[in-house]
Amino acid sequence: MTDTFQSSQPIYLQLADRLNRQIVSGELKPGDKLPSVRETAVSSKVNPNTVQRTYRELEASGIVESRRGQGTFVTENEDILLSIREKLKQEQIQNFIQVMHDMGYQNEEIKEGLQTYLEGGARHD
Amino acid sequence: MIEFKNVSKRYMTKTALRDVDLKLDKGKIIGLVGLNGAGKSTTMKLIAGLINPSKGSVELDGEKVTRRIASKVSYLSELDEYYSFYTVQQTIDFFATQFPDFNKEKAEEIRAYMNLDANTKVKHLSKGNRGRLKIILTLSREVPVLLMDEPLSGLDPLVRDSIVKGLITFVDTEKQLVLLSTHQIMEVEMILDEVIAIKDGELVDHRNVEELRYDEQKGILEWMSSIYE
Repeated sequence: MTDTFQSSQPIYLQLADRLNRQIVSGELKPGDKLPSVRETAVSSKVNPNTVQRTYRELEASGIVESRRGQGTFVTENEDILLSIREKLKQEQIQNFIQVMHDMGYQNEEIKEGLQTYLEGGARHD
Repeated sequence: MIEFKNVSKRYMTKTALRDVDLKLDKGKIIGLVGLNGAGKSTTMKLIAGLINPSKGSVELDGEKVTRRIASKVSYLSELDEYYSFYTVQQTIDFFATQFPDFNKEKAEEIRAYMNLDANTKVKHLSKGNRGRLKIILTLSREVPVLLMDEPLSGLDPLVRDSIVKGLITFVDTEKQLVLLSTHQIMEVEMILDEVIAIKDGELVDHRNVEELRYDEQKGILEWMSSIYE
């Protein structure tokens, strides 16, 4: 987690996004303990108060649970994990479609392009 | 925790600060920015009790700041003012005798973290290592307020990086307030809770950095250029 953050967007949201992705990708597994606030602050070189806020936000969304005196853990609740997985997917698709529409591509072209790309990709795998 | 009420400071005929109202809360890392001569050091010295306001008052926890505030404030000056014939260890030991709140174990921990040799004489330290020594001495005091005047100035990028990491590691962000002045915005951008801009002795803006990003999609540099242009 040494990549830099964008200075013009809230760091606590960027950090939350990063952790969500690590959870969805399986880099952080259900039941895994997150590094302490201080450890995360040092490794990502951000203010511990910011990390604290990220952890609070993630806890509020249910994706992590804090256990008194033990730390913060990735939830093992499958419904929540699935909904985060779905949410990140929707966000990426929305962004992609937005960019394509902005450039003037029509839905049909986008669908065709995606299909060709994915099928081509499958062949090369 | 710290409050400036309508504070002005004049040196002879020159006004260094004019009608400043300011409130700083504990548990925050706060950046003080401004061009040279804008009043940054004056602001720090007023909090440290090293100088008195010409008008208005500076209070810490509701008490008027005097020179005795030194028991609550750790002040890193932009100058080097250590005995050059002492070694790093002797300097640390000397500081421990001067301040009852000085935590020697913490000093040793930070010294090891900063990779600074204990037996080198201060006069033989490079500029970067003198910068590290100052950080050790400032952060080892267990006081509610840490003031750092240009802690990164004139140091190479690796040293600046180790100082920023040292701050993240060793400042108690639940209890301590850090006020640091700097021109190196890039280095501290990610560790500041709040930022204060002074210009020609006046406080022009005081922002929560994450709110600035959230509300205006601006980083500190963009915000500064809108102020100083």
